[in-house]
Amino acid sequence: MSLLIRELTKRILVLDGAMGTMLQRYNFTEEDFRGERFRDFHKPVKGNNDLLSITQPQAIAEVHRKYFEAGADIVETNTFSGTTIAMSDYDMEELVYELNFESAKIARRVADEFSKKQPEKPRFVAGAIGPTNKTASLSPDVNDPGFRAVSFDELRIAYKQQATALLDGGVDVLLVETIFDTLNAKAALFAIEELREERKTDIPIMVSGTITDASGRTLSGQTAEAFFISVSHLPLVSIGFNCALGAKQLTPHLEVIAHRTDFAVSAYPNAGLPNAFGEYDETPEQMAAQIREYLEKDLVNIVGGCCGTTPDHIKAIAELAAQYKPRPIPKNLQSV
Amino acid sequence: MSQTIGNTRPLKLSGLEPLVITPESNFINVGERTNVAGSRKFLRLIKEERFEEALDIARHQVEGGAQIIDVNMDDGLIDGKQAMVKFLNLIVAEPDIARVPIMIDSSKWEIIEAGLQVVQGKCVVNSISLKEGEEEFLRQANLIRRYGAAVIVMAFDEVGQADNLERRIEIAKRSYDILTEKVKFPPEDIIFDLNIFPVATGMEEHRRNAVDFIEGTRWVRTHLPHCSVSGGVSNVSFSFRGNDIVREAMHSVFLYHAIQAGMNIGIVNPAMLEVYDDIPGDLLEHVEDVILDRRPDATERLLDFAESVKGERREKTADLSWRNEPLQDRITRALVKGIDSFITQDVEEARLVVDKPIAVIEGHLMNGMNVVGDLFGSGKMFLPQVVKSARVMKKAVAYLLPFIEADKDDTVRSNGKILMATVKGDVHDIGKNIVSVVLACNNYEIVDLGVMVPPERIIAAAKEEQVDIIGLSGLITPSLDEMVFLAKEMQRQQFEVPLLIGGATTSKAHTAVKIDPEYKSAVVHVNDASRAVTVVGDLLQKDKKLDFKADLKKDYKDFRQRFLDRQQKKEFLSLEEARKNKLQLKWTADTPSPAKPGIHLIEDQSLEDLLDYIDWTPFFRSWDLHGKFPGILEDAVVGKHATELYTDARSMLSEIVSNGTLKARAVFGLFEANSVNEDDIEVLVGSEGNKNYFRTLRQQSRKAAGRPNLALADFVAPKSGGFRDHIGCFCVSAGFGEQEMTEIFRAEHDDYSSIMLKALADRLAEAFAEYLHEKVRTEYWGYANDEHLSNEELISESYLGIRPAPGYPACPDHLEKETIWEILNVEEAIGVSLTESLAMWPAASVSGYYFGNPEAKYFGVGKIREDQVIDYAERKGISVEKAMKWLQPNLAH
Repeated sequence: MSLLIRELTKRILVLDGAMGTMLQRYNFTEEDFRGERFRDFHKPVKGNNDLLSITQPQAIAEVHRKYFEAGADIVETNTFSGTTIAMSDYDMEELVYELNFESAKIARRVADEFSKKQPEKPRFVAGAIGPTNKTASLSPDVNDPGFRAVSFDELRIAYKQQATALLDGGVDVLLVETIFDTLNAKAALFAIEELREERKTDIPIMVSGTITDASGRTLSGQTAEAFFISVSHLPLVSIGFNCALGAKQLTPHLEVIAHRTDFAVSAYPNAGLPNAFGEYDETPEQMAAQIREYLEKDLVNIVGGCCGTTPDHIKAIAELAAQYKPRPIPKNLQSV
Repeated sequence: MSQTIGNTRPLKLSGLEPLVITPESNFINVGERTNVAGSRKFLRLIKEERFEEALDIARHQVEGGAQIIDVNMDDGLIDGKQAMVKFLNLIVAEPDIARVPIMIDSSKWEIIEAGLQVVQGKCVVNSISLKEGEEEFLRQANLIRRYGAAVIVMAFDEVGQADNLERRIEIAKRSYDILTEKVKFPPEDIIFDLNIFPVATGMEEHRRNAVDFIEGTRWVRTHLPHCSVSGGVSNVSFSFRGNDIVREAMHSVFLYHAIQAGMNIGIVNPAMLEVYDDIPGDLLEHVEDVILDRRPDATERLLDFAESVKGERREKTADLSWRNEPLQDRITRALVKGIDSFITQDVEEARLVVDKPIAVIEGHLMNGMNVVGDLFGSGKMFLPQVVKSARVMKKAVAYLLPFIEADKDDTVRSNGKILMATVKGDVHDIGKNIVSVVLACNNYEIVDLGVMVPPERIIAAAKEEQVDIIGLSGLITPSLDEMVFLAKEMQRQQFEVPLLIGGATTSKAHTAVKIDPEYKSAVVHVNDASRAVTVVGDLLQKDKKLDFKADLKKDYKDFRQRFLDRQQKKEFLSLEEARKNKLQLKWTADTPSPAKPGIHLIEDQSLEDLLDYIDWTPFFRSWDLHGKFPGILEDAVVGKHATELYTDARSMLSEIVSNGTLKARAVFGLFEANSVNEDDIEVLVGSEGNKNYFRTLRQQSRKAAGRPNLALADFVAPKSGGFRDHIGCFCVSAGFGEQEMTEIFRAEHDDYSSIMLKALADRLAEAFAEYLHEKVRTEYWGYANDEHLSNEELISESYLGIRPAPGYPACPDHLEKETIWEILNVEEAIGVSLTESLAMWPAASVSGYYFGNPEAKYFGVGKIREDQVIDYAERKGISVEKAMKWLQPNLAH
């Protein structure tokens, strides 16, 4: 049994909050994003947050540190867009391995600092694998529903490269997240399974889908239960949902999976729904009050925050989570 | 059942929605019409890259209840991989299809893998086996697990297919062990196909085929935990092809025992399945003897017995001696009798004896259709039969087309090209479709533009297709103006092709007075299908057509003159005079308040409850069979055909009811109301009593002494009198699902069923209106709660109160529908919308008002004068031009 799973049986683990929201506070300019190394790069790079792991590594480390200080057990690497597919917007496909490898190393180093200081509370690094900006089962062209902008194999190759770099950089677990098209996630899982076989080693995987609308479906049209059935073919550490909705709106979908799965269940919602300016304004107290319902109902093993959440939110959530026992984990997960 | 089954882990699959198969689940039926090996039509569509239509087949399967759809593209002439990917990509874009899981079916691994790469849900792979050895089996199983799919494993190994119980067990056990131990395949994701082979083949070694499958199933479900068993059922009865009674019984007997043994998934054609309990005792015994191999002579006994049951069911299957007649006689008979079971076979035989495939159409088939035409022309055949003949003809032609197309310099020569369209704003097309079919039978090429066709499209299509005749159809009154407009436009663009006018509100009078003067070439009003054939024939005849057209023009001119002369003799009152002569009812108290006031919604009306309310007489009329129901069934001339039509209608109706093909919905409301300003009705809607107004029209022709000039407002208590009164309004529709279904029929060249469905949907909508009116009288309004009327009494309107509909004689203005739509929020509530000509869509809909006063009766407003139009426009707050346009058909000259 891995250390992560052992901790999961003991307590509710807390995931970190938003990286993007924290990075905004630095008000980095185009020059900051470029740093020395990309001073003469042929395209604007402002907005490419993943690049900051190379050009502003101290900021990334600082954000991780703040979340650990707030009480997080797991931080996510700064690699949401770390695939050749997503990086093609910036013509930075060549950098994908380095971005993921460096991001993993930064998070690893900070996590190890904290684990050393506080051995009774080991800290973990999750390698974040985002959805990319293309969908394998939806056509971007309304007039040609049979068209696809990306194939399963293209995704599989891109994800495999990202996962390889994250593992080389020392992450504890891979987190396939913000899944709005299940087929993309299946390509990622396929790639990870190939790595498992090639490296002849166990690779813990967390999976987190995104319910995009009030009707309870993913962007690609699946219900929460259909999504969960579609990605349950491999042994996972956890399955759950993140993003798009606030904690309150996520509850019914968590109930659907929590009552059906043998895996651990994770949830890291946004800080409420965006207001008229596109900002998330749920306070830490408000968000914690909603999350209390998950805990009361025994729905989750891992809880954290997504868009709009800050160390304050995570602190409130961590304090709350400490008061509750985790959702009971079935035996077969413990044998993973 | 064994212990193991009780503890089985569920098989979980997904499309957009989950499908969880537990031991408690009913038998899971897999749809197989999207399999090129299972459906010739699907194969053809895929070959011709008609993916849109292929999607309709998938949709039809899901709507028909398939819980999984099997997709197979294995055919020598198809690029299977490309077709699989393209079709699955399109399915994924259709949420009503993609909600179910997909079974990716191929004997080629590369096609399966390509399919797995484009579907997000958890699929079933159909299939893998040990046929190519363990190594390949392992490789494929590993990949399937990685793609996240369940798998069907065939009972097949290096030696061959398992054909007895021991081999089935041996291969299943070996496959299961490899999968669960070496691949770590979840056992609940394994489905065994244990090979269903035919029984009663006459060969000794086939006797135990069914028993061995059933016993194999039992063994697998007992000894191999968590897995499922599946199979294709129709194989078992293969040797009884042609005898559906026996086949259906064999399928249900087989399933009955196989399901008990643990078979939980399968491919079964629901149309080929008898209810187990409904199998006659002697047939059941003979069939079970065979399926369960209960006696050595079981096959012989069933064969003998089968001969005797063959003829029992329908006379159609009884006498097949005509099959021995010469080829032309067989084809003619098939066309005259509308029998399509042998037509492709006969046409193929004909094709082999002629030089060019086109000769079959021009020779054999046209000879047959000429007989049909003669019989129809002489009144010995009736419309429903001709439409059935057309179905056979279309099937024959569809079979021949690929051969004709392969033979480049061949073209079908038709008697002429006819454009048919229901005009802009109108959605009614039963009559137009019937005329099209009958003309097509007579070898005219039909360019059918469908419904709601704007004039510019009709003009453009007529030019592009170089048609010989244009036929326009419409049912609602605004369509009359559309036709006039089109005639003007055709004249402006110097068309010379004849114009045919048809549809329920059209008349020779309107055609003669309004349309004919606008167009220099021939305009003919044709309201029944048999006349259409003769008229079209005369119009296109080479030598005599000019004379015929000249005669037509003269005939219409004379008719117009006589009509206008007659009109001028009628006398009209001014609106003021007419109002003075209005109906003055005595009100002495408030009218009873509704028991349930406000707006009510019926979201899914049981169709079964409507059946008793159907008025069949108009149904027969829509097929050109005239006479009152049920007397028409006994009629000396048309009785036999009416009875046949009625039998077909009844059988489709029971299918509609049991399959839920059509959905019926209604919204209606009852409100406090008073008449105001002579001809308006003020309606108080909602808790705040928002005021809405129904504007009614008053008769203006001079009446005999003592007869009032009526308007609907007269039936509602005047506000000035101080008594409270009420009014209701409603919209019902039974047309949801009709379009989808008729499209499927038409794609299958089955106009007969398509027209039948439309006619039935119309009847159901009318029945629903009748049913709901009764509910309103006895329950919602409740002023007649002691009413007990038979259907005949309902049809003869012997109840109290009326339900007139805007667009009909008592309230000819269609614009009033907009008020009803606003008050009831009809479109949002039930999804019935109004076209620009204010026709309701779906077409099988009825809307109107409820008047509860015992004195209220139906009447016709008749012709009105301009003064009323001006007054009406002012009351309604619309321009006089607009009012003129909508009231045109009612304007006196």
